[in-house]
Amino acid sequence: MSVLLDETTPVLIQGFTGRIGTFHAKEMIDYGTNLVGGVTPGRGGDRHLDRPVFDTVAEAVAETGAEASIIFVPPPFAADAMMEAAEAGLRMCVAITDGIPAQDMMRVKRYLRRYKWERRLRLIGPNCAGIISPGKALLGLMPDHIYLPGNVGIVGRSGTLGYEAAAQMKELGIGVSSSVGIGGDPINGSSFKDVLEMFQNDPETEAIVMIGEIGGPQEAEAADYIREHVTKPVVAYIAGLSAPKGRRMGHAGAIISAAGEGAAEKSALLEDAGVSIAPNPSEIGSTVAATLRAA
Amino acid sequence: MDIHEYQAKELLVRFGVPVPRGGLAYSPEQAAYRAREIGGESWVVKAQIHSGARGKAGGIKLCNDRHDLWEAADSLLGKTLVTEQTGPQGKVVYRLYVEAAQAIAREYYLGLVLDRASERVMIVASAAGGMEIEEIAERRPGSVHRIVVEPAVGLQPFQARDLAFRLGFKGVEVQQVVKTVMGCYRAFRDLDATMVEVNPLAVTRDDELLALDCKMSFDDNALFRRPEIADMRDRSQEDPRESAAADRGLSYVGLDGNIGCMINGAGLAMATMDMIKLAGGEPANFLDIGGGATPDRVAEAFQIVRADENVRAILVNIFAGINHCDWVAQGLVQALEKTGLDLPLVVRLAGTNVEEGRRILADSGLPIITATTLADAAEKAVAAVATTAKTAAYAEAV
Repeated sequence: MSVLLDETTPVLIQGFTGRIGTFHAKEMIDYGTNLVGGVTPGRGGDRHLDRPVFDTVAEAVAETGAEASIIFVPPPFAADAMMEAAEAGLRMCVAITDGIPAQDMMRVKRYLRRYKWERRLRLIGPNCAGIISPGKALLGLMPDHIYLPGNVGIVGRSGTLGYEAAAQMKELGIGVSSSVGIGGDPINGSSFKDVLEMFQNDPETEAIVMIGEIGGPQEAEAADYIREHVTKPVVAYIAGLSAPKGRRMGHAGAIISAAGEGAAEKSALLEDAGVSIAPNPSEIGSTVAATLRAA
Repeated sequence: MDIHEYQAKELLVRFGVPVPRGGLAYSPEQAAYRAREIGGESWVVKAQIHSGARGKAGGIKLCNDRHDLWEAADSLLGKTLVTEQTGPQGKVVYRLYVEAAQAIAREYYLGLVLDRASERVMIVASAAGGMEIEEIAERRPGSVHRIVVEPAVGLQPFQARDLAFRLGFKGVEVQQVVKTVMGCYRAFRDLDATMVEVNPLAVTRDDELLALDCKMSFDDNALFRRPEIADMRDRSQEDPRESAAADRGLSYVGLDGNIGCMINGAGLAMATMDMIKLAGGEPANFLDIGGGATPDRVAEAFQIVRADENVRAILVNIFAGINHCDWVAQGLVQALEKTGLDLPLVVRLAGTNVEEGRRILADSGLPIITATTLADAAEKAVAAVATTAKTAAYAEAV
């Protein structure tokens, strides 16, 4: 099993025919993702990579039965693309775009609440690496060869640090059920808590790796959730021990602006909730191995 | 992006926020002229730097005659102010703001932020103004009132009224407060701010409500649609290393250590810095070269890291997904062919095209120290700094 995505999930690409969309579309098709088409306003009726192009997401859903999409639309238009995905009735949308204005994301989150829970869009990202369910499907940017199929779920803000964790695990023969990037923006679609809940409920995920960073309240919220609801072993690493207060470390959301937002404080909260903290970023894999042995 | 107090006031006035009469000055002569324009008998001369806590650092001077004013302006201009927020290097004063001095009866705090827990704009206010909000929250937590704004409809007057009543305002003052709070909210929303702070918001002895000090920060991701705000950028207030990197679209943060870092991905960059610290070293910078880095971009990033005089060793850590290790290797070789390699350089490559990348580095014949894991890379960089330091000490002794 896997969460959110497998080889049967029919997916669309929003921003299909652009350079970046095309590049990643090929990678995803090669990996086995069920890519049923794409959307580029004004290019409806064309074919691209042997798949149909549509003017609107609603049209694409009606024609192809797509359930999910991935967004490669530039920042000024990305919020609009997410709301279009929600209105078209998609179940899930992964927004890769980096650089979206925070107030646009605030409005997107508000907009998603217009829909009843049963037909509400599950948004992943923005500013994330997407999702991979190793051996099944890829809806993101990950280099696929570093993932072994298996039973450990990965959820993280950072793309490359997630790769680092997966590669360390592969080295030790540990595989991944799904890896979900929630992105580095201050306002994002799904939080750590949201994805932890999915992994907790996934029968084939046995343990969870959580990769957080400085800034924001989501790691603390996750700690509370883990204490109350998560029975599977959780390993965490929080990046940014050496980050000074008040400085933005690359990600728009990676900034310590209040007490409790530093890496040491977040690690302590998670440890207190029963999470095994990797002592350094080079030992994420070995900490997972030790945790799996103990479980 | 941060702006100066005077710029924040210029913006807020347009949204109906009342501010004292004032004017900008680049010289004592201009300051004196501004004072004459403003009128009255006493003025405040305020150093314009991107930092709070300017008062405690001597950056705000009350002047009761023209002579004092001239002296104050003369002493502040060109001076480096070190506040609690600037760090030990401080910030240089190139601009002054001259304002009519006010007789203050009461001081309040008013702040608007993008609250990450509620994912909405939150308004925070307190009747204990004049202190930093952290201090108010600690010393008088009961005085802090909060309103969360529903983004679909925006701030409603009843919410602003409620806030005014909670702060203890009465009678005609309430309408002035409502106008000010609503104005700050509209400025926040319409200009893509991430923070608006009025502290203090004061009631004068003449019962006038005035925003005495204002601070605004803006969302870097929204500057593409706020050209007027983008034009307010003041490079003199930035770390020159960071300005140079920003001009090239690179995300760089200058730090105090001596191991220069060049990494792809913000999370991996932070993790690498953590690893350096755990290995006993200190990073000189954060630098994310981002996805899809071409050899040229890698070469440029390398120059920026190299330009920091404190750097004693450089650590490059790339986990290539969208990036390709061979592009990074080409970029490094390209940069080194131009400048030569006079510092220990530790390179760790992983991910897409890693073999090709390693081969390019090996074939270059450059004395690059290669590493396989994150820990290995950090330890080698820290060891290289120690060796350089020893060699330097030895050279000096001989």
